[in-house]
Amino acid sequence: MRSISPEAIVGSRITNQSLRRWLHSLPGVDKVGLEARAASLGTRSIKTASKAWALDAAIKMMDLTTLEGMDTPERVKSLCLKALTPDPTDLSTPRPAAICVYGDMVKYAKATLKDSGVYVAAVATAFPSGRASLRVKLEDTKDAVRAGADEIDMVIDRGAFLAGEYLEVYKQIVAVKEACKRNDGSYAHLKVILETGELQTYDNIRRASYLAMLAGGDFIKTSTGKVTVNATIPITMLMLQAVRDWYEETGELIGVKPAGGIRTAKDAIKYLVVVRETAGETWLNPDLFRFGASSLLNDVLMQRQKLKTGHYSGPDYVTVD
Amino acid sequence: MFEYSPAPESRSLVSFETSYGHFIGGKFTKPSNLYKTINPATEEVLAEISHGTDKDVDAAVKAARHAYEKVWSKLPGSERGKYLYRIARIIQERGRELAVAETLNNGKPIKETRDFDIPTVAAWFFYYAGWADKLDYAGLGANPKAHGVAAQVIPWNFPLMMLAWKVAPALAAGNTVVLKPAESTPLTALLFADICQQAELPEGVVNIITGYGDTGAALVKHPDVNKVAFTGSTDVGRVIAKAVAGSDKKVTLELGGKAANIVFDDAPLDQAVEGIINGIFFNQGHVCCAGSRLLVQESIQDEFLKKLKRRMEQLRVGDPMDKNTDIGAINSKAQLEKIDALVRQGVAEGGELWAPQCELPRNGFWFRPSLITGVSPANTVAREEIFGPVLSVMTFRTPAEAVTKANNTPFGLSAGIWTEKGSRILKLADQLNAGVVWANTFNQFDPTSPFGGFKESGYGREGGRHGLLAYLKGGN
Repeated sequence: MRSISPEAIVGSRITNQSLRRWLHSLPGVDKVGLEARAASLGTRSIKTASKAWALDAAIKMMDLTTLEGMDTPERVKSLCLKALTPDPTDLSTPRPAAICVYGDMVKYAKATLKDSGVYVAAVATAFPSGRASLRVKLEDTKDAVRAGADEIDMVIDRGAFLAGEYLEVYKQIVAVKEACKRNDGSYAHLKVILETGELQTYDNIRRASYLAMLAGGDFIKTSTGKVTVNATIPITMLMLQAVRDWYEETGELIGVKPAGGIRTAKDAIKYLVVVRETAGETWLNPDLFRFGASSLLNDVLMQRQKLKTGHYSGPDYVTVD
Repeated sequence: MFEYSPAPESRSLVSFETSYGHFIGGKFTKPSNLYKTINPATEEVLAEISHGTDKDVDAAVKAARHAYEKVWSKLPGSERGKYLYRIARIIQERGRELAVAETLNNGKPIKETRDFDIPTVAAWFFYYAGWADKLDYAGLGANPKAHGVAAQVIPWNFPLMMLAWKVAPALAAGNTVVLKPAESTPLTALLFADICQQAELPEGVVNIITGYGDTGAALVKHPDVNKVAFTGSTDVGRVIAKAVAGSDKKVTLELGGKAANIVFDDAPLDQAVEGIINGIFFNQGHVCCAGSRLLVQESIQDEFLKKLKRRMEQLRVGDPMDKNTDIGAINSKAQLEKIDALVRQGVAEGGELWAPQCELPRNGFWFRPSLITGVSPANTVAREEIFGPVLSVMTFRTPAEAVTKANNTPFGLSAGIWTEKGSRILKLADQLNAGVVWANTFNQFDPTSPFGGFKESGYGREGGRHGLLAYLKGGN
């Protein structure tokens, strides 16, 4: 898998102390400067052909999500059908990258999506709080993988992270990664949710990003969507800087997924601008950048219709899911 | 590929007259003695401008004197404040028009005129409008008096903003003004004359006289001028200081700079990169307080320069009217030649030049954002103000060495420190000979904060209470 060992990256045997030394040696983040840069990229003006490209890209990079206690097989099926035909009035509309559901809904999603190319992602590891024993978290993960999940969205143990128990967080991610292993030896793709709204400081977010990448996460994801502060542009920019620098150091390409609170096409385009100007074109790819969103798709579809026809349609002209 | 499509701001938001006279006594004079002002991004002629003679200068000073004696000095501060508030509001209302005009005449990107220049101009008028009826609290005792007629000569790098920095405090303090904009960028000053008419400012309180250096010289030498304020090059500043020596004119000079931006190994690196970029490439580097010398700690030099170059590759150079342009045109052919000559000298003296290979437009005046590495303090590019998008890179090993190198310049306008260590910031800020020291940021301007330099960067302060005092008797 990876050509460079965690020990080589950290420069020592992996202990809580060596992880602490390594994470705390990362350059600090200046809040004012980071947010100013994010705001300035927010003023980019994306028009005509570039807008059309961005809207399609946003759909292709979307994890269409439903994570509610009231989810039912019918609801999940309806969402999957939406993913297969996002806009019945325009069959050239691309499909989202994946459907994101709770573990027990994976089999229903799989039954509808089959081998359409739209992946099924399952949240696992006692999502969203992550407050369960490792045994339960691993079983949760294995269960989803057995049901056919292509991707696993796990949460880190924020309590352990904030208590400085970096080794514990690291070990859990490594164990979950192992639980993603299928019978044929392949692995479900692992997205590591940092829950940035609970880590609170940008320095913490940078450290958690590095810890997740070191432990073997394929993606680092901002949020569960279940806390007060979810994805923001500055946080996403910081995580994009982390994957960019990680790639330069190790040659490993890690993805980024902002999730929660991204509702409009305008917002999505701002994120794509940040991807382009922070990590670069390589990351403008569903393998390396995803949006976790539920209501975003319809706004993008409306904007897409507007661009094609020259006038706004309205919510009655896109399908509910 | 995610390439940004053109997103041009509308040219039709502003219309210029074919020719302009001077603005004297509340009216435009008949255009005469004309020269052309152009758009430096296209070399298109925008309008013809009058080149002011001694006679024109005399008429403008007379109008200002008359307005001072008969009207402005007799108005209560609260009334002067009302005019200033009105001007500030009109500037906001006409913000897009002014931004487009500034971009067309100066070459700087619309993003900057829209988001920085024009909002700062309005903020300056609002701030000093508030002072107009509170002069008793400026620190000079009750009823401080204005100087009388202020002669103000401003540069081409922030045409309307420099006008605001000069005109707003002068009027708030009760002076009347004669202002001469730079020869290459007179158009927003002439639009400002129109705004004065729209605000029904009493005739002669603001007079604008256009022309070249000789017009400015005639203005500052005029015997009936009480106060001289100049922003521009140190060479011209010297000439002005000589010209007014021996008279009782008060003088403020805001001149050149060669600021050091010091990056320590514990700095927030990504934000430091942004700050260095902003420090030297903002406004094409046509900034007196630009962070034109990068002092980077030797231990992180390679990593930091790699990040800096990668970021420079992202800079979008081109049509200033495009909303996505980061770096616009050099203001004039003469300035382009000066930058080019200094960079050539830098390379001849052993510096290594690097610039992203971005495409440049065919017409107009352009210079790629550039780095010169391997610079030593003895090199020309480490000592002379280039006033263009060129960063000279040097290294240091210890904080003491950083301070010594940063201070080793005839200038002393600004400096930047990048470190996560608060105690180091406080200590270095104390040791750096610069009028402004920014920590973990750069190029921040606020009307409440005084701005100005040490040594050859000039004397006097603009902005804040200090900037007001410069326009009151006993204030400087």
